[in-house]
Amino acid sequence: MTKLKLDDLKKIRDRVHNETMLREGGATAKVTVHMGTCGIASGARQVMEALMEELTLAGRRDVTVTTSGCIGLCSEEPLVTVEILGQEAIRYHFMDKNKMRQVFRRHVLEGEIQTDFALGKGTEHKE
Amino acid sequence: MQQVVDVDELSLHILDIAENALAAGAKVIEIVLTLSRPVGRLIIDIIDDGRGMDAETQNRVTDPFYTTRTTRRVGLGLALFKQAAEAAGGSFRIQSNPGRGARVTAEFELGHWDRAPLGNMAGTLLTLMVGRSDVDFIYRQVVPEGEFVLDTRMVKEELGGVPLADPDVILFLKENLSAALAELGPI
Repeated sequence: MTKLKLDDLKKIRDRVHNETMLREGGATAKVTVHMGTCGIASGARQVMEALMEELTLAGRRDVTVTTSGCIGLCSEEPLVTVEILGQEAIRYHFMDKNKMRQVFRRHVLEGEIQTDFALGKGTEHKE
Repeated sequence: MQQVVDVDELSLHILDIAENALAAGAKVIEIVLTLSRPVGRLIIDIIDDGRGMDAETQNRVTDPFYTTRTTRRVGLGLALFKQAAEAAGGSFRIQSNPGRGARVTAEFELGHWDRAPLGNMAGTLLTLMVGRSDVDFIYRQVVPEGEFVLDTRMVKEELGGVPLADPDVILFLKENLSAALAELGPI
């Protein structure tokens, strides 16, 4: 049976520790995929997978990816929120894997908000 | 305009039920998939240490119009999972006590015409483990030929503070999960 290659994890640990010693500071951007029943049923897992793939391709340690639950905008799913340090959060709606790739490359990496897919600014919502 | 993805993969149901556990404040979620070939059964257990629920709530959670959420008034996750199990000659049950977590068990007739395929289980696990790295996940897949276990507590210990959402760690998890699940064979 396949076993986890734990030695590989140690190598990653040592490499990341060396790199972070050179660079000060934490995350500069956070991308959240909303993962309620509504999101999952409209493709949020594929969006998350595309996001994780883009992050590994970019190799950026200052970008974090995360998931959260339903925020009550079920008809707009899949929803993605991009927060860049010092800027207002942007929420994107009707996302799919290709739109996610574009938002990651243009907005997260280059700072260019993709207004065609954006639902609005801010993270305020009914709780 | 909007794409609709059918929840016709068991791995999507598993993701959905795990999201329920996260919403219930779980800190450790165990997902166990057991395949017994002689009798041809597939059993999926999702066990969490969240806030749990009383007997009355347990009876109501598979009603599509029951939800604890205030953002929308219908809750479909458990109702759909129950329906998927019962459509495939199986059964569904919830065991829980307030403050003592919950265990959701769905059983399927493996060769049933209407049994949904497991689908992209690696995608579900990666989404959970990377998306909610503040929570620990244990995935266990037991088939007659052997067993695969991935425990994020063990992974985190090896990583010594490096986050699970680190690009290299995501790649490590993706490659290891895909390889292990492929070796165990399709479900």
